[in-house]
Amino acid sequence: MSIEIVNVGKRFGDFVALDDVSVSIPSGRLTALLGPSGGGKSTLLRIIAGLERADTGKVEIEGVDATRLPPQKRNVGFVFQHYAAFKHLTVRRNVAFGLEIRKRPKDEVRSRVDELLALVHLEQFAERLPAQLSGGQRQRMALARALAVEPTVLLLDEPFGALDAKVRKELRDWLRRLHDEVHVTTVFVTHDQEEALEVADEIVVINEGRVEQIGSPDDLYDQPANEFVMRFLGPVTQLGDQLVRPHDLRLSTDLTGTTGAAARVTRVTRIGFEIRVDVATTGGQPVTVTLTRNEFLALGIEVDSDVRVSLTPGSPTTTVSAPTQPPTKAPALTPTP
Amino acid sequence: MTSATLAPDRPAGNRRSVRGGLPLTRVSGLGLGVAMVWFSLLVLIPLAAVAVTAAGGGWDGFWRTVTNEQTAATIRLTVGTALLVTLVNIVMGTLIAWVLVRDNFFGKRALEILIDVPFALPTIVAGLVLLSLYGPGSPLGVNIANTRIAVFLAFLFVTLPFIVRTVQPVLAELDPEVEEAAASLGASRYTTFRRIVLPSLTPAIAAGAALSFARAVGEYGSLVLLTGNLPMRTEVASVRILSSIENDNLDSAAAVAVVLLAISLAVIVVLDVIQRRVMRRG
Amino acid sequence: MAEHLIAARTQVGRRPGRYVLRIVVTAYLFFLVAWPLYLVGRNAFADGLTSLNDILTDPDVTHALRLSVVIAVAAVVINTVFGVGISILLVRYDFPGKRTLNALLDMPLSVSPIVVGLALVLVYGGREGWFGPTLESAGLQIIFAVPGMVLATVFVALPLVIREVVPVLQEVGDEQEQAARSLGANAVQTFRRITLPAIKWGVIYGVVLSLARSLGEFGAVKVVSGNVLGETRTATLVVEEKYLNFDKGGSYATAFLLALVAVACIIVVSVLRPKEDR
Repeated sequence: MSIEIVNVGKRFGDFVALDDVSVSIPSGRLTALLGPSGGGKSTLLRIIAGLERADTGKVEIEGVDATRLPPQKRNVGFVFQHYAAFKHLTVRRNVAFGLEIRKRPKDEVRSRVDELLALVHLEQFAERLPAQLSGGQRQRMALARALAVEPTVLLLDEPFGALDAKVRKELRDWLRRLHDEVHVTTVFVTHDQEEALEVADEIVVINEGRVEQIGSPDDLYDQPANEFVMRFLGPVTQLGDQLVRPHDLRLSTDLTGTTGAAARVTRVTRIGFEIRVDVATTGGQPVTVTLTRNEFLALGIEVDSDVRVSLTPGSPTTTVSAPTQPPTKAPALTPTP
Repeated sequence: MTSATLAPDRPAGNRRSVRGGLPLTRVSGLGLGVAMVWFSLLVLIPLAAVAVTAAGGGWDGFWRTVTNEQTAATIRLTVGTALLVTLVNIVMGTLIAWVLVRDNFFGKRALEILIDVPFALPTIVAGLVLLSLYGPGSPLGVNIANTRIAVFLAFLFVTLPFIVRTVQPVLAELDPEVEEAAASLGASRYTTFRRIVLPSLTPAIAAGAALSFARAVGEYGSLVLLTGNLPMRTEVASVRILSSIENDNLDSAAAVAVVLLAISLAVIVVLDVIQRRVMRRG
Repeated sequence: MAEHLIAARTQVGRRPGRYVLRIVVTAYLFFLVAWPLYLVGRNAFADGLTSLNDILTDPDVTHALRLSVVIAVAAVVINTVFGVGISILLVRYDFPGKRTLNALLDMPLSVSPIVVGLALVLVYGGREGWFGPTLESAGLQIIFAVPGMVLATVFVALPLVIREVVPVLQEVGDEQEQAARSLGANAVQTFRRITLPAIKWGVIYGVVLSLARSLGEFGAVKVVSGNVLGETRTATLVVEEKYLNFDKGGSYATAFLLALVAVACIIVVSVLRPKEDR
């Protein structure tokens, strides 16, 4: 394991940012710390980088106890949401910064920087100032700057959060490909479940200062550990006391069957290639079902049609703890001593 | 943003830039006309009169006046002390701004007010204020009245706000992540300050230094009671101009005044250049 | 973000070197400003209330105080009207020479007050000035009279309102003004109902600062006033005159009054200004 986080706790005044968190982050993989804003994931990343010091617990990086090491000695690369560009230095000097600090020979710095600028496709911008770059270019520069020192681990804090949707998507694909080339242990923080599912090898779901689940994207999606993870990773609807995904539900016009529950269609909404069908069970429970356009046309249903709604076998479900509770209201945290 | 400044300056980072805007309408054109006439009558024509009067005696006359032994001594003392004071301000002003932005302690608000005192205090009172601690009967047991140290001290007092107030807002707006980035790349605190923070502050420091220098060179009021205005020893350029005026020698007064005006003008040009460089950096 | 900001602050809080810096800065300001300022107050009350009482019953001093206030108020009114007007022109309109004008408007801050006085004497002086003799034959004496003192005060405090108002105008932007125009408001209505309320605080800071500066002007006023007892002597001139005539008590008492007004102005501005600006 590349990064071991053992029983880490961190408070800011009365606010508990991390509550006894233990995580192992594997070497050479791309790991996402996923969770809602203010859930503690950025704090955890900053503790790994040494930008924040844990109140309790231990951090180990590649077998070295880093708990008390200052950021300068950790050899981590850190990429900030808002780039943290050195505005008075050219792109080249920005990327060279860490190497100059390490007093590497000039020739080596030059060739290493050229190599990195090529990697992030900024060769032709080497002599520009950061102010002359777009947001996406600045973030690629920041990434090259962090990679230049050959860090043990690369940490990215909401790296694409400040970019517009299209650039974000491009950079996301590009980060995945970059990681496949460089293979440095990478941890990135995101609140976007789609981003985590698409890019990461491994996802750590963090909420209210605690780890909710750790696993591969498939694990998380197919076997959510609890209601929070189920709700956070995608749309859910409730059938009986089970939380299920709307696209895992099937509708049938064969009312003689015994599978599923009897219901009546209350509303049909077309969203592009998807059809959202809202039904109400005979018990009065509202359920949302997502169908493809073809499935919908084959059923031939409309508002007020009687249907039976059932779950596709093998689909992930979780049991609802308290039926009316919204997902964000998890039990209150107990303060760590 | 409006920076918290009583000092007569705007930080270099947000010195006003006045690009763009609508073409003049009839009303605004008239307004501009009136404003320009007023500005000319008040500032431009009088300053031009100084230059014209100084030029009246020809180059030789001008040169003779400013190289007069006593006059040259005042200019040397004024410019030399102003430079020295500006150097001290560069260090202390930056340091004070740093503490005011980065530190937090009881009484910080009071320090903020103290910074602005030299700007709002009448200069003659400033002189009296310094005299009460550093003059005859000083509780510290020092008496620097009528020495060159008094000139230095008076300049130091009246120029206190300039660099503090130009650097402070720029420092406050520095992104802490930039320093964290430098730290995670291995830079020590000192290296981060020297290579990352200081270059970001340089334009603001330079702007404040220019204003501070100009203010010191033209200072008069605070010196009256403090320095004794001893010829060849503690007499500064402004005092020299005043005594020429009082002796009804307006030509020599104008000649020395032109030297001071040239310094003012140079400061304005320096500020404009700094502002343009900052805007380019974004 | 919030948690991040807290984080940044706590990190700073851990540095040991900060105490050194804090002490150096506090000591510097204590010796340069605080202690001397305190001593002026103490000297003013060295004989109890006698000195203060003496100057307040001296008709020459009260005349000087009144004159200082009159000149300062006149200068502030002129600078406020001019300052707000020129700020709007600079921010909202485009005209040739705008950048030069913008730079020149700062000139008064870096010109020696003695040079200001000299410049005004050269133009408006009654005997040899460019316009002075003409004006004087028309019955208007400027130099060695109150109008000249107002001119000198206006000159030295000229940029203060502009410096406060221009950034506010830029920050407010002109969308609201355009909206008002599109709703049928004319230029005057737009200014009164939209622009002025938006820049109100900037104007107020500018006015307070100008007032402090104007009340305290010494050098420029000294040159153009002639310093005639009971006529053109202002409060700052009284401080000098009394000190040089060995009436230190009177000098300190007058200085104390002026310092009181100055410090009050600073505190007013520092209280009025929204905290987040700090």
